[in-house]
Amino acid sequence: MLLQGAKKGTSGRLRQKTNNEQRITETVLFYLFAILAILSAAYMVLTRNLLYAGFSLLITLLSVAGIYVLLFADFIAVTQLMVYVGGVLVLILFGIMLSSRVHDKSVLSESVNKVWGTLVAGLILVGLSYTILKANISALPWLQTTQLDVLGNQKSTVQSIGIKLMTDVVVPFELASLLLLVALMGAAYIATDKQKV
Amino acid sequence: MEQIPLEHILLLSAVLFSIGILAVISKRHAVVVLMGIELIFNAANLNLVAFSRHDPQLLQGQVFSLFVILVAAAEAAVALAIVLRVYQYFKTANLNQIIIPEK
Repeated sequence: MLLQGAKKGTSGRLRQKTNNEQRITETVLFYLFAILAILSAAYMVLTRNLLYAGFSLLITLLSVAGIYVLLFADFIAVTQLMVYVGGVLVLILFGIMLSSRVHDKSVLSESVNKVWGTLVAGLILVGLSYTILKANISALPWLQTTQLDVLGNQKSTVQSIGIKLMTDVVVPFELASLLLLVALMGAAYIATDKQKV
Repeated sequence: MEQIPLEHILLLSAVLFSIGILAVISKRHAVVVLMGIELIFNAANLNLVAFSRHDPQLLQGQVFSLFVILVAAAEAAVALAIVLRVYQYFKTANLNQIIIPEK
């Protein structure tokens, strides 16, 4: 799909075959990433060790980034890698290190409300799945009218997202930078030890 | 024109969402609760990106998911700072052991 524009010189049948192969690869990769994401997310909940939970969350976030690439969202995938894997996860690991006594036998976290938690989460999952399967989303009218070839002739979505950020959503964009500044200052202020300063 | 079916992406996001809910409800340590919240953010983002695939000119879903990622990052920074303060004050980060003393 990504190479569709580059293959104009080849004959139609060859292009068809290459497209089919790429599509099969895409589908296989999607299910691989999906299974990886679900398994490591489940391990995050099931394990008692905090550090194992953090690293299995890392695998989940990486798989979700891979799925973003398969959904033609390359910029979002890179942002996911940089912000989540590079920033939030490091913060979480710092939080684990700083908020548990390391001289305990290991950093463990017990589970409470197991029955109620499983019940509520299972009910939410069943309800959402039933709705998704019943709603017949693929048959929505506006999904039929749009073509699925997102990228078209351009190579990536970076240019369209950049133009959009600077025109249509420029006010939320600036507000977001303000929010980041406020969050940074607030986090630094809250975490400071006031007695020692 | 075989694509990855939209329903399967939505089902994956539903599974991730309920696992996040399970982590939020059933974990005692505050940092693991935050990890569950991050998982919920990711599940929501997956929906936005999946529908944005059908919106090639405007890419509204992708732009919106950018803002979601940004707010999630700010939330994680502030929440972890609060967790650190709570740990310094109560000497524990387990949510069910935090007892506010009576005056």
